[in-house]
Amino acid sequence: MTARRPWWKTALGIVFTALMLFPVYWMVNVSFTKTQDLRLSPPHIFPVDATLDGYTEVLQQQLPNLGTSLLIGLGCVTLTLVIAAPAGYALALLNLRGGRTLNFVLLVAQMIPGVVMAMGFYAIYVRLGLLNSVGGLILADSTIAVPFGVLLFTAFMSGLPRELLQAARMDGAGAWRTFTSVVLPLSRNSALTVALFAFLWAWSDFVFASTLARNSVLKPVTLGIYSYIGNNTTQWNAIMATAVVASIPAAILLIVAQRYVAAGVTAGAVKD
Amino acid sequence: MTISTAPAATPTRAPAPGAPAPQKRRRGGASGSRWVAAAFAAPLLVYLLAFYAYPLIRSIDLSIHDYNVRAFVQGNAEFVGLKNYIDVISSPLFGQAIWNTVVFVVGSLIFQYAIGLALAVFFRNNFRLSGILRALFLVPWLLPLIVSGSTWAWMLNSDNGIVNSVLQTFGIGQINWLTSPDTSMLAVVIANIWLGIPFNLVILYSGLQNISADVYEAASLDGAGPWRQFWSITFPLLRPVSAITLLLGLVYTLKVVDIIWIMTKGGPANSTTTLAIWSYREAFGTGQPDLSPAAAVGNILIVIALIFGFIYLRMQRRQENS
Repeated sequence: MTARRPWWKTALGIVFTALMLFPVYWMVNVSFTKTQDLRLSPPHIFPVDATLDGYTEVLQQQLPNLGTSLLIGLGCVTLTLVIAAPAGYALALLNLRGGRTLNFVLLVAQMIPGVVMAMGFYAIYVRLGLLNSVGGLILADSTIAVPFGVLLFTAFMSGLPRELLQAARMDGAGAWRTFTSVVLPLSRNSALTVALFAFLWAWSDFVFASTLARNSVLKPVTLGIYSYIGNNTTQWNAIMATAVVASIPAAILLIVAQRYVAAGVTAGAVKD
Repeated sequence: MTISTAPAATPTRAPAPGAPAPQKRRRGGASGSRWVAAAFAAPLLVYLLAFYAYPLIRSIDLSIHDYNVRAFVQGNAEFVGLKNYIDVISSPLFGQAIWNTVVFVVGSLIFQYAIGLALAVFFRNNFRLSGILRALFLVPWLLPLIVSGSTWAWMLNSDNGIVNSVLQTFGIGQINWLTSPDTSMLAVVIANIWLGIPFNLVILYSGLQNISADVYEAASLDGAGPWRQFWSITFPLLRPVSAITLLLGLVYTLKVVDIIWIMTKGGPANSTTTLAIWSYREAFGTGQPDLSPAAAVGNILIVIALIFGFIYLRMQRRQENS
């Protein structure tokens, strides 16, 4: 069966993929369109007479926002890994009392709507003076990734061969030593998966950014795009250019870490 | 992600509770290792208390007081008990928001799932380039929701959108996708379906991988065609995976704010105001945060999400035991 590979299936697959990715293509196309051509009917299907005006505008106005997003993304990755990896170790390999309850709490935590969390954070940040701060956003954004991270680390670490851990103990390694020199190195792939998702979620976050950092000097790029939509509805080429630039991390991560993405989506969702 | 949301609908995924593997007693004395385990879990416990429990308590606190901006800063809001909840439920918008939420969630789920499943079955054929093409299907799911939302908003634009200009070549007149209350829900559902397809595809595809090829071989020896094979083998054997995909999708779609807010802000005339959008708009959509009613709506949403969440957990446990 596998020896025969009919070409028409490949062709059909390409058609499906093209249909699915059309909006992405359209975003790129519009980002190169001249402002006066935006109102053309019918629009140009290809970027004929392309312009880089949209991108010039992005570079002039959005660079600091991109930097802020990068900072928030990296902050979230660090915070998530620091909290999730040891917790996953405790849940998977040490006899943590109440482990099942903790697992349950983590699952429930993922079901809480972001908008409710945003209100809680807003109420707390008003008092603490953390509104409109990068630190405040890192903390809030990390709540999307931390439960996921712990559950993913737990699932992965419980699959580690126990002999290795016993061997480490024979050699006199304590729990901390075992964690840093045996468990962590072996969990590199799951750490990459967690980091990838933590970064992407923080980079893409709009709900927390728009509620906790709306008047911020340092804006993430999602808010940069949003303020374009609000004030500047005619400049769709600039909006789309920003959108293209804001999508670059996702594109890079997809190319570099494709299998981790699929692993992350399916981790545990389908148990057999 | 949400898939997010999605992305939201950031649809994300949670590994199963209580990962298997019975724990072995450690040698160094049970009480000693117990403290060690607690020490490794301590940062998480502190984190959960500070950044989940406390914000949630604050949101309940908001919903049972009457907070205005001044009371917010001074912290002396009047206690009103369940008044905010009663106001919300008796508001004419409540029924509409519930209905919109149902339409948005059910409409999105049915098509995300059907298209995701069809694609998963299609990609099960191992043709040339299938791996790369399947990976490309993940792209929409990884994009920031604001990017997808604004792209769809521009594509569905009444005067200059590509969708209307394509429809025009088929003789269909201008549709005011985002500005007419009759089509705005359809518009946000279409965008959300597009966002959810990758998540459904990936999970259903990996579910298909777990169905043994022998079953299909036996079926084709018995003369079952592809259609028959799908209905008698693939679909029934995939049922547990399907149920979990749909329930997870439901829990995540309930929460969606970004995509609807970016495309329509819940309008026109509240035609796309779901519970999540209603809550967001009350709290942050206007210049003045009106957090108390917003928190009441949000907490009602939590209860609904948790009901389905518990159904999901029960199903997953039953599947584990079987």
